[in-house]
Amino acid sequence: MSSRGGKAYSVRRREWLHTVLGALKTPRGASGAVMTLAVVGIAAFGPLFAPHGGTELLGAPFQKPDSNLPLGGDELGRDVLSRVLDGGWELLLVAAAGTALGIVLGTAAGVAAAYLRGVADAVIMRVVDVLLAFPQLVFVLLLVSVIGPKTWLLVIAVGLSHAPQVARVLRSAALDVSERDYVKAVEILGVRPARVMRQEVVPSLITPLMVETGLRMTYSIIVLAGLSFVGFGLQPPSPNWGLMINENRIGLTQNYWPVLAPALLVALLTVGLNTLTDAIARVALGVDRAERVIASEALGLEPTAASDVA
Amino acid sequence: MTSPSPIVVLEDLAVSLHASPDRVLEDVSLTIAPGEILGIVGESGSGKTTLGLAMIGYVRRGLAITGGSVQFRGTELRDLAPRQLRKLRGASMAYVPQDPATALNPLIKVGSLLREVLAAHGRSRTDADARVAQVLAEVGLPNADDLLSCYPHQLSGGQQQRFALAMAFACRPSLIVLDEPTTGLDVTTQRTVLDTVADLCSSYGVAAVYVSHDVAVVSELAHRIAVMYAGRVIESGSTSEVFGGPMHPYTRGLLRAVPSPKVGQRLVAMEGVPPRPGARPAGCSFEPRCPVRIARCKTEQPELLPTDSASHHARCLLTAGSPASATAAAFAAGRPLSDANGAKANGAPLLAIERLTASYSSAPVLQDVALAVDPNSCVAIVGESGSGKTTLARCVTGLHTNWQGEIRFRDSRLPAGVRTRSRDVLRSIQYVFQNPYASLSPRRTVGATIAQPLLHFHGRPSRREIDAEVSNAMRAVALPFELADRYPDQLSGGERQRVAIARALVVSPELLVCDEITSALDVSVQAAIVELLRRLQQERNLAMLFITHNLALVRSIAQEVVVVQAGRIVEVGPVEDVLERPQHPYTQRLVTHVPSLEVAPAT
Repeated sequence: MSSRGGKAYSVRRREWLHTVLGALKTPRGASGAVMTLAVVGIAAFGPLFAPHGGTELLGAPFQKPDSNLPLGGDELGRDVLSRVLDGGWELLLVAAAGTALGIVLGTAAGVAAAYLRGVADAVIMRVVDVLLAFPQLVFVLLLVSVIGPKTWLLVIAVGLSHAPQVARVLRSAALDVSERDYVKAVEILGVRPARVMRQEVVPSLITPLMVETGLRMTYSIIVLAGLSFVGFGLQPPSPNWGLMINENRIGLTQNYWPVLAPALLVALLTVGLNTLTDAIARVALGVDRAERVIASEALGLEPTAASDVA
Repeated sequence: MTSPSPIVVLEDLAVSLHASPDRVLEDVSLTIAPGEILGIVGESGSGKTTLGLAMIGYVRRGLAITGGSVQFRGTELRDLAPRQLRKLRGASMAYVPQDPATALNPLIKVGSLLREVLAAHGRSRTDADARVAQVLAEVGLPNADDLLSCYPHQLSGGQQQRFALAMAFACRPSLIVLDEPTTGLDVTTQRTVLDTVADLCSSYGVAAVYVSHDVAVVSELAHRIAVMYAGRVIESGSTSEVFGGPMHPYTRGLLRAVPSPKVGQRLVAMEGVPPRPGARPAGCSFEPRCPVRIARCKTEQPELLPTDSASHHARCLLTAGSPASATAAAFAAGRPLSDANGAKANGAPLLAIERLTASYSSAPVLQDVALAVDPNSCVAIVGESGSGKTTLARCVTGLHTNWQGEIRFRDSRLPAGVRTRSRDVLRSIQYVFQNPYASLSPRRTVGATIAQPLLHFHGRPSRREIDAEVSNAMRAVALPFELADRYPDQLSGGERQRVAIARALVVSPELLVCDEITSALDVSVQAAIVELLRRLQQERNLAMLFITHNLALVRSIAQEVVVVQAGRIVEVGPVEDVLERPQHPYTQRLVTHVPSLEVAPAT
């Protein structure tokens, strides 16, 4: 509501917060959150605890772990532990920025298509179809290989690669919301479409938006790690997890830590985010199925845990 | 009833919320004989559905049967393992849910759904085919392959409900629980579904429980009635005893709120709302709302005791063993409407529709419709679902743009869409949606919802002006200003609809379009809303277009009625004329199908 402060006319309930808190109470959501937070914590605070500089040459290449280098050395004899601790924040920041861009663009396109229908819908969705024809990684590689691996370009490339997929999902969700009576009730006052979309439609899409954000974040990380692996991502010598996997795979037999540690962290983060997202989706969905369950259980159809006859 | 052995015997049944002492049902004792139809009536939240489900030994998640017994043909259901219960359900006892559209699995063809029930209860394939043919005939559906291979959404509401009935009757149960099965259907379809239920019960000796808030429907179908209030049966007896000579003040109140198709009368709503589980008063649950309460009611929980006959019980301190007049004094009959209400205004109509033809994509929905609404009058539009009533309302309000013809408002032509109408017209015509559960944004407080049109039409009013206008509008619909900070899901259905009306009123419209605004509400709440609209119409000189499928309601609110069938107007005229002397066969059919509460008083 655009009105001035005051409690009666301005409040939008923090529905998303209820959903997230509800998801965190489930074992699925809690374990997902723990995994995600662990990796995010390492990425965020790791640099403070790194025993050495990430680019200092301290030992022999692929040196085995010892007391000085707890996870051994990498291809140039740099401290693996320090590089792992220091190598996450940039990756995660770029992934988050790319995801945010993709979500914003995709939502705008999807909601506009669903709400405006007609020509706007046809044009937007055909553009989306064309973009969807490119595999996501190929699309990003195309942009980055033409212009060169700049950080800002990585954000834009990742964002653009997400947008069409987000638009698809949000369009179908918005189609349903756009037909709801409470949206019509605002429309009927003659409120401009852009305003109706912003104030009524988008806030109702908070659940699919949360789920989509979680999902897209995992893809961003995978795409960025993949880009780093083929050399088009964040550039050396500053450490990052995707790059480390590529640089050090030749020394896998001498010291597996420089490959294993970043790979484990990326895996843990994607699994954690996915699990958390899944829990959120389940909590958000688990509301409206009650009647069908009752109807079929009452006809003796499904094995049921719900017949609580004491 | 003097039948041999009852199908269901409930004794002191109690159902509670899990992990809390709050009881949803308590002290419920009932018996149902073979072939008998028991009607359970009461407002939303009174425990009707919980009781209906408890009869087949089922409770919803979060609830548990915590006391008493449920016997089905002599077997105690509480002693059975879930597996044994499952075997009984569907086979010997069945349930028909309120909304077949949500209850039928949308991904399975209806024929397969029906066979699934039979297969689940051990019928062989050939046996099942024969039974499918039989049961379809029983519920009046053709046994055609193209029907059986439909998915639920491809069927009409009436067909869906018949399929739900067919699934319930498939295995020849001896008990069937019907939970408001005709709420979403129009009168004609409702009539055939009700007749089907009555036929099946009498032909096969099936005991039926019919749960509904629609007192008129129940009165036509049920042999016996149990009136529920706050989780207890507060009155029971034969239909003629309970509806002909109600004893409990609550039952009397409920009956007075029912509109009659025969006489135009003021509907009288009951004050207050039913107490929620856990917040029930120590004494009689109805005491806070009761017009005839005495001091003892506050502290003493009345028993369900016989009143004027051995079979007619009521749970009221005033009526135990006394004649019906004990609580009658405070209930004068509904007052007939005064003539002033029907005064015809002279001069040009506020809204005039001529040669209106509307369509969805290419399918015509309205054809050659013409009608006029005078200032300060109420025109009712009546028709079955799918007759084009709502499309008509949406053409007038500018939500539906695909129409030809002429709609004139204050004698100037209205353009089709909302975007092309002037702000003044948009402000002057306000629309109240059918379903208050859908028309209020769940993310806005009541205050924010009501203030929204105000902010849109009046630019940037000061905080104090908004407060004043919002509280005015809320006062007009009898809502306390404190509710301005609440969200819709914290309100009852009736309160939500009042909010929706307040939202329409806050910008002082001249024409209010009401689209089936009471169809989602309880009768007693409906009565309050209708009375509210009548008062507002007089106080604010509102003109109204009142769309409804409920002919009885028309009597209580409108001066003129327009009957619509399949997109065409078939009859127009003053309410009395049309309802008492319907000319068109369609109107005559509608009038005869209206369920009415006409019970011979018990002698």
